[in-house]
Amino acid sequence: MDITVNILLTIATAATPLLIAAIGELVVERSGVLNLGVEGMMIMGAVAGFGVAFLTGSPWLGLLASVVAGAMFSLLFAVMTLSLATNQVATGLSLTLLGLGLSGMLGTSFVGQPGGRLPYLYIPGLSDIPVVGKLLFGQDPVFYLSIALVIAVSWFLFRTRTGLTLRSIGDNHASAHALGIPVIRYRYLAVMFGGACAGLAGGHLSLVYTPQWVENMAAGRGWIALALVVFASWRPLRVLAGAYIFGAVWIGQLHLQASGGISVPTQLLSALPYLATVVVLVLISRNKRLTLTNTPAALGQSFVPDR
Amino acid sequence: MKKLLFALMTTAAAVGFAATAEAQEKLKACWVYVGPIGDFGYSYQHDQGRLEVEKELGDKVETAYLENVAEGPDAERAFERFAREGCKIIFGTSFGFMDAELKVAGKFPDVKFEHATGFKTAENMGIYNARFYEGRYVMGQIAAKMSKKGVAGYIVSFPIPEVVMGINAFMLGAQSVNPDFKLKIVWVNSWFDPGKEADAAKALFDQGADIITQHTDSTAALQVAEERGLLGFGQSSDMIKFAPKAQLTSNTDNWGPYYVERVKAVLDGTWKSDDVWLGIKDKAVLLSPFTNMPDDVKAMAEAAEKKIADGWNPFTGPIAKQDGSEFLKDGEVADDKTLLGMNFYIKGIDDKLPQ
Repeated sequence: MDITVNILLTIATAATPLLIAAIGELVVERSGVLNLGVEGMMIMGAVAGFGVAFLTGSPWLGLLASVVAGAMFSLLFAVMTLSLATNQVATGLSLTLLGLGLSGMLGTSFVGQPGGRLPYLYIPGLSDIPVVGKLLFGQDPVFYLSIALVIAVSWFLFRTRTGLTLRSIGDNHASAHALGIPVIRYRYLAVMFGGACAGLAGGHLSLVYTPQWVENMAAGRGWIALALVVFASWRPLRVLAGAYIFGAVWIGQLHLQASGGISVPTQLLSALPYLATVVVLVLISRNKRLTLTNTPAALGQSFVPDR
Repeated sequence: MKKLLFALMTTAAAVGFAATAEAQEKLKACWVYVGPIGDFGYSYQHDQGRLEVEKELGDKVETAYLENVAEGPDAERAFERFAREGCKIIFGTSFGFMDAELKVAGKFPDVKFEHATGFKTAENMGIYNARFYEGRYVMGQIAAKMSKKGVAGYIVSFPIPEVVMGINAFMLGAQSVNPDFKLKIVWVNSWFDPGKEADAAKALFDQGADIITQHTDSTAALQVAEERGLLGFGQSSDMIKFAPKAQLTSNTDNWGPYYVERVKAVLDGTWKSDDVWLGIKDKAVLLSPFTNMPDDVKAMAEAAEKKIADGWNPFTGPIAKQDGSEFLKDGEVADDKTLLGMNFYIKGIDDKLPQ
């Protein structure tokens, strides 16, 4: 029984950064903006989180710093693509490259330093219940935050008027503009929310998952998060399912290997998130209705108000 | 006006000339790294070697480096740039730079080239490598002594000879203490992904290992061991700060002495293309202080380290391959070529080597 609990806990840790970054990017894309800079914002969050935790001694301040750093870094993207109407794909890619380089430079003095770790939640009594105690009441704080985020985003997008407005902007910014909706302002806020989430995911990496700073430690998780959004066809609960499926497949195969069981080609499994995304893309593009209802129609298009 | 311009130009030329003349007095030594120097692993250790050259040779040298240079044909630009910038000796520190470096070496016969872990040489290109497997043998012995369950977990990147050699050496060390020792191996298909390494460590511990070692670069696996109150080994760098209660020792790369020696040779004009494979004896492979173990285990580890430093090779027969067929006869020592092409497990490893 213990081993099952441990496996589930490991899956949760592996899935959490993917989930947080993906749920943020989902909101961004729902507003019609494609920000490929997730990896860059994530790594900035990781270095800021580690740095502040290391310098102040407080992992909580570190976590806050990672959120702020992610949001501030995404602001750069927002100014470029929304105010100056640059190409979103190119700007997003350069945001990732810039983030990787800048974080390496900022983090030079943190290399080889053990940092602070966020404490696990512990509620006397509840956390000690066998099996469910640890799973429900004994995880790291960011895990609970990630679940809360999914619920909040889902409610916001589909149950509030502002969420409806945001989705309408993502589908047709020209009409939204004609109705008097401040398209650019909405998008600024959406992009910054996405940046904050990516930053938080980075903070999870450097403060919970592997409490340390090393260059390029996000190791492609930002790209998996981007793939997850498409895999989930822009639905929050499917992002949750997708993140945990990817986490479970990865952890499951590690256990298969360690137990000396059937060996699956691990190269294939590393490529699985991307393969799954391609399959999902093929499936949804075959179904016209599905494509129309979920894909933000204005995704990736620059918006320049003509008056 | 024209005169003024001319005067300016000649001054600029003179200043420029003075600058190059001054630069020529110092020998320029250059390094090309595959990863960031901030990886606290492989490239970090090479850079520590570069810093040692600066420290040791002081005013006589100036150094430069390029990090994050992709392996393959693209690396050619990095080497060519250094050669044109006046580097007199260039160290390429990754296997995949081999052909690119060789090509550039052909174009610049006056520049000395050094390539780590490869096998192609030229008149002006030497190769160097380190016998990390020697350290791994000692680690295997320690693991067999310290493990309560007799099971170690081993996190690995890719099934190349360097890695397979390490697994076999570790197992040989362990078997010399406990013939029934078990090894659980997990491939993560990456040299560097702290998250994946941590996941793999957790899986190995959950599956019954109580000691962890890795042939990947980050401190993540050791941190998991620390968190769970279990034991493990460091890799490339001394990682004791990350796991003060878990690290037994660390198999560290120490390139400094070799770099100092080779740069000195260029200064003296005695540099020749060479082919060296350095080990514990040459202090190119260093085991960081033995910690978190009782004195008798420490004494055993020190004895093994000394035996290897005195010239004994862990790959000395009798050793059987995994399928039971003979690999080395009693007393036979594996030659370097066999080791560098190793693509099989030794007997007692219960895992299938991915091909």
